[in-house]
Amino acid sequence: MVLSEQGTHGPVIYALSAEARRRGIVEGTRVVDVQAIHLDLHVERSDAEGDRKLLDRVAIWARRWCPWTVRDGMDGVTMDITGAAHLFGGEARMLRDMGARFKMQGLSARLAVAPTRGAAQMLARHGGGGVICGPDDLAVAVAPLPVAALRINADTVRLLQRLGLKTLGALMEVPRVALMRRFDRVAEEFNPLVLLDRALGRTADPLNAPEDAVRWLARVRLAEPVIDPVPHLDALAADLCRQMAKAELGARRLRLTIYRVDGEWRSREVALASASREAAHLVRLMAGKLEGIDPGFGFDLLTLEALRVEPLALHQDHLDGARDAGKDVAALLDRLTAKLGPEKVTWSAWCQSHVPERVEGRMATLAGAPEAVIEVARERPLRLLEPTEEIVVLYAVPEGPPARFRWRRVSYLTARYEGPERVSPEWWRDRPGTRLRDYYKVEVGDGRRFWIYREGILGDGRGGDPRWFVQGIFA
Amino acid sequence: MPTDSPNAQVISLSSKRLVTDVPAPNGGDAVLRDVLSGGPFDGAVTGFVLSCLPDSEAPVLWVSCRMSRRENGRLYGPALRQFGFKGHVLRVEVSHPRDVFWAMEEGAACAGLSAVVGEIHGAPEVLSFTATKRLALRSEASEVPVWLIRSGDHGALSAARERWRVSSLPSEVHPWNRAAPGHPLWEADLFRARGRAPGVWDARHEPAARWAKDRLRLLSRSGDGPVAQDHSPATELARG
Repeated sequence: MVLSEQGTHGPVIYALSAEARRRGIVEGTRVVDVQAIHLDLHVERSDAEGDRKLLDRVAIWARRWCPWTVRDGMDGVTMDITGAAHLFGGEARMLRDMGARFKMQGLSARLAVAPTRGAAQMLARHGGGGVICGPDDLAVAVAPLPVAALRINADTVRLLQRLGLKTLGALMEVPRVALMRRFDRVAEEFNPLVLLDRALGRTADPLNAPEDAVRWLARVRLAEPVIDPVPHLDALAADLCRQMAKAELGARRLRLTIYRVDGEWRSREVALASASREAAHLVRLMAGKLEGIDPGFGFDLLTLEALRVEPLALHQDHLDGARDAGKDVAALLDRLTAKLGPEKVTWSAWCQSHVPERVEGRMATLAGAPEAVIEVARERPLRLLEPTEEIVVLYAVPEGPPARFRWRRVSYLTARYEGPERVSPEWWRDRPGTRLRDYYKVEVGDGRRFWIYREGILGDGRGGDPRWFVQGIFA
Repeated sequence: MPTDSPNAQVISLSSKRLVTDVPAPNGGDAVLRDVLSGGPFDGAVTGFVLSCLPDSEAPVLWVSCRMSRRENGRLYGPALRQFGFKGHVLRVEVSHPRDVFWAMEEGAACAGLSAVVGEIHGAPEVLSFTATKRLALRSEASEVPVWLIRSGDHGALSAARERWRVSSLPSEVHPWNRAAPGHPLWEADLFRARGRAPGVWDARHEPAARWAKDRLRLLSRSGDGPVAQDHSPATELARG
């Protein structure tokens, strides 16, 4: 199994499994070449963006051990464990704990502890697993590593190797002045001397860790387990709204979680059409969702969390205190969606098509604002039957719609008609063999106007006799 | 004034037009109105309600139950623009009439909507006098017009301020093609109303009218057949 990425000349191998590595495949070769040799190779596209996101999340998760963690490149996490190791019983036990927990998450990790960031990343990537290196043996530990461990660019690596400097130990023995003169033009992040100084602790290399993501969370702890969450909603929502008001934010997605006494938890989520921090509105939405939430033997902790927040500044709409119409509609959408489900509350979505039932689709209201209406040149019925219904032809005429037909067990006499309007199948969407349709607007004796069509024509080679259907009703 | 001749008496016909316009229901009035379908599968009701809706940027909430969609089809968006309706329709498609009422009540309480339209097929139990009364009160409190389309129903008790029964009439003569149906005509029967006299009229949709309140034209029916220009039932012509 290998992962591929797009190279200059087609896909190349980006990462590979242990089995693939055992067979002698290496990164950077073209996928087609490898596939020619290994016929059973399984290739998947790599997802660099997904990897980066996962690693970011892993970095935040790693704050269980120490407060400052940051993603390191595309394949590592740096943690500053200064002052944190003793909490886990020393560095060795902390490393064991890390190894075990990464394994529980299904990730394999190579870990190393060193006094500096640069040394730690070099030891983790090139020094085998589980290295713990103290400040005294730092120079000794990094000396046997190859110069590529510094993560300098390929040109510099080649240059150093040409000079015979293959390990960091060799590089360290070269007089500083010579290195400085040789690499004075090289950018800081690729300069071997700067990187070596950082790794050996001669220059400062602080860790710039991103801040913890703020969680908008309100919780209520109860002295006794209770069964009904509704009475506590007001306090929770008020607390959450107060927090969000301070930051001028409004919630778009909320989650209420109850933590039951038997250790289980249950949660309910609601989405909002527009950001809101009105406690009463949030309570109303949540209260409608709590039917059927299983409290078990009771719960003693409730949390209400805003999963997605958006900026929402304070503003006054009207001096006379009248309600804002747009906000009213957004609140209505929230209530309808929360109770009926997002697929039942829809705007029309439009599609360029000649087939009538394809023109109009549905779009959940929470997904966005309604689109502008498509103009259809020909007259269309106000109501469309879905699915279309077949009619029985009682008296067919050679041209035009049947003079007499039966639909829903009532027979109708055609008084006047207009048509045909021909709609051909859309070959790029329809299955082969789909028949064309000839539409007629038909007025029956008492004035009702139907939209009927004939599917296919006689002798088109796509089935037997053409059939007739009713698809719409005109005003 | 002509004088009587010795042979015959000259009488003058009244100058009053035999066919008169009646004010159409003002769609902007925030009351509950019932519209009953005169016959099954009749699109006239939808057309009648659409031509009464006010002109507004605000969306219209259109709630329908499953039975109504199965019987009469669902509202077809591309036709709305052709019909002269310019707003957006917020569709709520539920299965049970109970949810239709719930959604309509929520909508009727929301001043940001231009109108609320609900469709119910048959006469389910939830369609009681109390339910319609609640709807009427909500509509009047929040000033949102509410229309209730009832198909397959003979008109059970309702608290609606106006109750209409609308059915299709044979359409007008097509301007170019005598064999084709022309502009639609409906029969609008106001059989119960508060604040105006009931009656039966011929209704016609005027998509080109400038103001929303002129889009629906109600013409009194004269017993004398087609006299006026704008009252030419196609029946006669189609028959002849």
